[in-house]
Amino acid sequence: MAPLLVESAASGAQVLFLGDNFSRLLGGLGTSLAISGLALLIGLPLGILLGSLRIVDNWVLRGILRVYLEFFRIVPTLVVLFLFYYILPREMGIQIDGKTIAVIAFALWVAAEISDVVRSGLISVPDHQIETGKALGMSGFQLLWYVRLPQSINLMIPAVLNLATRVVKTTSLLLLISVIDVVTVGQQIMETNRMAHPDAAFWVYGFIFLLYFIVCWPLSMIAKALEKRAKERNRD
Amino acid sequence: MDFSYIQQSLPLFVRAFGVTLRLSALVIIASTIIGLVAAVIQHFRTPVLSQFFAAYEELFRNTPLLIQLFFLYYGLPSIGVKLSAETCAVIGASLLGGAYMAGGFLGGFSGIPTSQLESARALGLSQLQMVRYVTLPQGLARSVPALAANAIFLVKETSIFTVIAVPELTNTARDLIGMYYRSDEYLLTLVIGYAIILIPLSIILTLLERRVRRGTFAR
Repeated sequence: MAPLLVESAASGAQVLFLGDNFSRLLGGLGTSLAISGLALLIGLPLGILLGSLRIVDNWVLRGILRVYLEFFRIVPTLVVLFLFYYILPREMGIQIDGKTIAVIAFALWVAAEISDVVRSGLISVPDHQIETGKALGMSGFQLLWYVRLPQSINLMIPAVLNLATRVVKTTSLLLLISVIDVVTVGQQIMETNRMAHPDAAFWVYGFIFLLYFIVCWPLSMIAKALEKRAKERNRD
Repeated sequence: MDFSYIQQSLPLFVRAFGVTLRLSALVIIASTIIGLVAAVIQHFRTPVLSQFFAAYEELFRNTPLLIQLFFLYYGLPSIGVKLSAETCAVIGASLLGGAYMAGGFLGGFSGIPTSQLESARALGLSQLQMVRYVTLPQGLARSVPALAANAIFLVKETSIFTVIAVPELTNTARDLIGMYYRSDEYLLTLVIGYAIILIPLSIILTLLERRVRRGTFAR
């Protein structure tokens, strides 16, 4: 096995740098990151809205939002993608490309997860503060905006960052709804080099593995540091 | 919606359901073992090994399962390591799950005051005795909520096994959609399949959480 490995290091790794392969792979990753970014951009405000509504005194509304959350908790994200991919274009009667479908599906998933983060953050604010606010004559919205949100934001940021890494990782599934992402580009490269470099798979998938790690690791490190800080602050 | 399609494909789905269930169970058990070992080693700051497991956790928590599976299934054969799809699936998901479980256990262990470990050391307990009598009894109960969340997460992750053609639920649904173009029917069956596993599982785990919370003394 050892000589084989050395041999592949000589040939297989070259595939990554042949022609414009390297920039094509990065371009594929760019697509995935753009989709993640858009999904977070839409899902975040929506999730904050839904989370705020989940502490409203209306059991029908709370029930609906809970079912919405549980749906995304129970159905695997891959299956959610398939649901949107097969059903959405037909119901709307129009052609929708995979990227748009991914953004919509991910945004709704992000909104569901964020709604739960926001809800638990909001209810973590002690009741006596809310009573005080009410005594001062603050409205429901003012209580949310000036009392609950500012204090729970420290808890929310790490959770949002962790969710962001999950979204980025989940973009690896995009090839299954025919989006040209980094994995698809990798497969194209392996296909064209199948004769010259039959061992390209090891290097291409290894490289994509590394790419995802380079994107996600810093995010989760920042999340970890912020979590620690929030915990220490709460201890004081 | 034509239910005769669902009826005809039911035997296939039942078999796939069995595959998903069996692989999920294997993955959860293996992940728990890997996670527990990694967490105990890191909790006691065993030199070299604890750095190794910390690196392992970061690596597998921050990369997608799909890429891990592709690497194992398509990448390794080119350096002479050939594994079956199912083996790759279980290894990949267990390594991923182990990294998450380790985090869950460590979180549980970190709730134990260090004074207890110091007292144990002062009483002359060996490392193994400390694990057995101090860390595990309290730490395991505290880890349950995180472990429960991970177990549910792992069952859902088995849907990704479809990419290396393991005949589990998602793969079966995809095959059938490809053959008969009845996406509504098969997607409905697929969602119900996961719901049958995950709804009872999450109820059981919530009950378990409640039980151990009552069992933990002195917060």
